[in-house]
Amino acid sequence: MDFINFLIQLLNSVQYGLLLFMLAAGLTLIFGIMGVVNLAHGSFYMLGAYLAWSLAALTQSFTMAILIGTVLSVLFGLFLEWLLFRHFYKRDHLDQVLLTFGLIYVFEEMRSILWGDDVHGVTIPDALSASIPLTDTLSYPVYRLFMSGVCLLLALGLYLLISKTRLGMKIRAGAFNHEMTEALGVNIKLIHALVFALGVGLATIAGMVAAPVSSVYPNMGSQVLIMCFVVVVIGGIGSVKGALIAALLVGLVDTFGKVLLPQVAGMLVYVLMALVLLYKPEGLFKN
Amino acid sequence: MSKTYDLLLSAHKVTKRFGGLTAVNEVSVDLKLGQIHAVIGPNGAGKSTLANLLTGDMPASSGHVTLKGQDITGWTPEKISRNGLGRSYQKTNIFRSFTVWDNVRLSAQSRSQPMPFNPLAWLQNADAMQDVNQRAERAIELAGLKDRRHALAGAASHGEQRQLEIAMTLATEPQVLLLDEPLAGMGVAEADSMVQLLLRLKSSHAMMLVEHDIDAIFTLADQLTVMVNGTVIASGLPSAVRADSSVQAAYLGEDH
Amino acid sequence: MSDTRAPLETLPRSLNILLALALLTLAAFPFVGTDYYLQVVTRMMILAIFAMSLDLLQGVTGLVSLGHAAYFGVAGYALAFFTPAGEPISLWWSLPAAVGVSALLALIIGFLVVRTHGIYFIMVTMAFSQMVFYAFFDNKALGGSDGVYINFKPEAMLFDLENKTTFYFFTLAMMLVVYLFLRRLLWSPFGRALSGIRVNEHRMRALGFGTFGHKLAAFTLAGALAGLAGYLWGAQSGYVNPELLGFHMSAHVIMMVILGGMGNFAGAIVGAFSFEYLLHLFKDLPEIAGFHLGKHWQLWMGLFIVALVILAPRGILGLFATLLKSKETGHE
Repeated sequence: MDFINFLIQLLNSVQYGLLLFMLAAGLTLIFGIMGVVNLAHGSFYMLGAYLAWSLAALTQSFTMAILIGTVLSVLFGLFLEWLLFRHFYKRDHLDQVLLTFGLIYVFEEMRSILWGDDVHGVTIPDALSASIPLTDTLSYPVYRLFMSGVCLLLALGLYLLISKTRLGMKIRAGAFNHEMTEALGVNIKLIHALVFALGVGLATIAGMVAAPVSSVYPNMGSQVLIMCFVVVVIGGIGSVKGALIAALLVGLVDTFGKVLLPQVAGMLVYVLMALVLLYKPEGLFKN
Repeated sequence: MSKTYDLLLSAHKVTKRFGGLTAVNEVSVDLKLGQIHAVIGPNGAGKSTLANLLTGDMPASSGHVTLKGQDITGWTPEKISRNGLGRSYQKTNIFRSFTVWDNVRLSAQSRSQPMPFNPLAWLQNADAMQDVNQRAERAIELAGLKDRRHALAGAASHGEQRQLEIAMTLATEPQVLLLDEPLAGMGVAEADSMVQLLLRLKSSHAMMLVEHDIDAIFTLADQLTVMVNGTVIASGLPSAVRADSSVQAAYLGEDH
Repeated sequence: MSDTRAPLETLPRSLNILLALALLTLAAFPFVGTDYYLQVVTRMMILAIFAMSLDLLQGVTGLVSLGHAAYFGVAGYALAFFTPAGEPISLWWSLPAAVGVSALLALIIGFLVVRTHGIYFIMVTMAFSQMVFYAFFDNKALGGSDGVYINFKPEAMLFDLENKTTFYFFTLAMMLVVYLFLRRLLWSPFGRALSGIRVNEHRMRALGFGTFGHKLAAFTLAGALAGLAGYLWGAQSGYVNPELLGFHMSAHVIMMVILGGMGNFAGAIVGAFSFEYLLHLFKDLPEIAGFHLGKHWQLWMGLFIVALVILAPRGILGLFATLLKSKETGHE
């Protein structure tokens, strides 16, 4: 593989990894802090993609679509948290699995009823539709760099929020001991709602931003969910740093795997997970 | 003429560090057959952590533990248990949805447990295992729970649950007993029965007792170790330790 | 996992009587039912075996596996690859061999996943079964997304499995054998240990039980029994495809076990029958004012699942038990 091809695959790996991180960060936070597993997390990714398609067509502006889409989905996430999820924080994982599996079915059907079952495309906005030429024949799409950029910015924002702000401190405290944090005067219910909204927001933005590249189709949520789980397992539950490193690792293994060993490419990521499990069953960066 | 005691468990300079915090700092403890070695100290002194290090629940950062002559440092909890170390817990650690009898029977079954992949064992009747039933009977009798065998463990009184806690440990027929606050939360009569039980067990076991009840300690203990902030500040005969000025200052305080 | 719901391990006498009656009904059914319904009930019995296998893992040992369908599907595929295009294969070796394949897969994956706990276990079981799914889905050599056909039902020599009634009774016999075996296992030292692991794994280890080995044995046995069900499914339908290994199948079998009531195997049977019945019910819903209710059966199923989790987490047998209890207290 020559250098240019290597560079292209590397950029693709990072872009895919960062996208996975957006989803995995939300999942790992929601699990680490509220102790709830959400199989329907992929559905928010799907929701984002479909919202991007609808809103972009409606407003004729990709930026507006992302802004409105984010607000709508965060509101939806807050509503779900208030209606259902907050009553399940103290319940068995099995009950949570059941609840969220039922929700997957409900969301898939709502999607079918509201948006139909066809595959759709979202046009890349003109400002980002150029390609950077790398050689005579190869060039790299600016939009993919934009995607990585957005994810990096959000990752940075998340890092600053969690480790440098007082809200972040309260969030981290809540992860360790709900009762004590509450006793210290922190509104734990609000923290939980905010964390859930954050998770939903990240997943939706990921879906919106990925839509022009991945297309908008039924079941896109379940496919990405599985990768998301692998990332969280490798990284360690509750660890955002772990999720980032694991996501990049998965991105690298998957992308280079597809190019170098196409017959077994689909299995490589699971082999990676199996190896991690053998040596560190709680993930690389377990809290 | 002095009696020679078998040294059944010996911990040598065991240490446990959690990041910057040293919860247990180079603690050495010897448990001999026929003796009760009490470990006392204020809350957070590291007593339960020390117990966890000895039973393999937690890996030690440094130091060795020897059980009946074998180095058990780094062994899994189940392996240590099978080699004769039994532990009871400060926070009642029973099978709440089973009856008292089933709790003790299952504990006794651990000594006769067939290999999990043995298909013949999948068809045996657990309640017909005579040796298990006998072991369980002995334990339940010692702990004074004979009349409560059909009660649901989760519904039993606190005192009965503490008795069950001991019965389960005794059902595995260990030579070394590590008892973490067996008297916790007990009324006067119950505590008295427990003290009598512990005295009866002494001759055939090497025992370590983590406790807060000072009167019980001085009735039961042949050896006394005082821990403060993870470090041993005094160790030896109870009368000597009681008189130690650093112990008086740090722990026993104004009373003496 | 916790013991937040103590399962109905010892079945009350009234329930045992009901089960015996149900068995009689099932035995008499071929003489009154049509061919179509014979197929439907055969399928329900196959799923009951699948559900019982998961109950061993989930209801008894407390391990929530989101990837149990992998072992179900793999046995069906094994039958498909054993059976030549032009003639049937012998039941007497292909059945144990297919079950053996499932058991081996469960042993290997189990060795990797049983060391994890709680939510990790749920996620890795799902991940590995998706891996198996994609292994079949992406590979034309293994049938790809189209699946593989099984042109002949297995040859039993002593009886003819091509006859639908004979196949029905064979399946009924298998379901009965599995049920009796698992009930016996529940009260064996192995079964008692598994229950102990469900209730308090930490104490089990402190008591000297090798919990890793026990969980691995349970995982493998559950996989083998799932394989038995998968073999029968392949034999009955004559067709296997990757969906049999997939996430939806794994989730459905979890639903069946919970719907019926966990931990006593009777609930698994009740749950499998009820779930399949509900599925048919939802899919057959009519069109109202241009809106085809049946087409959107997933919506009704999803809402039903959510309602179940909120209102009846201990399933049908759980409700039954509560009813019995209130009757008892009512008589005082």
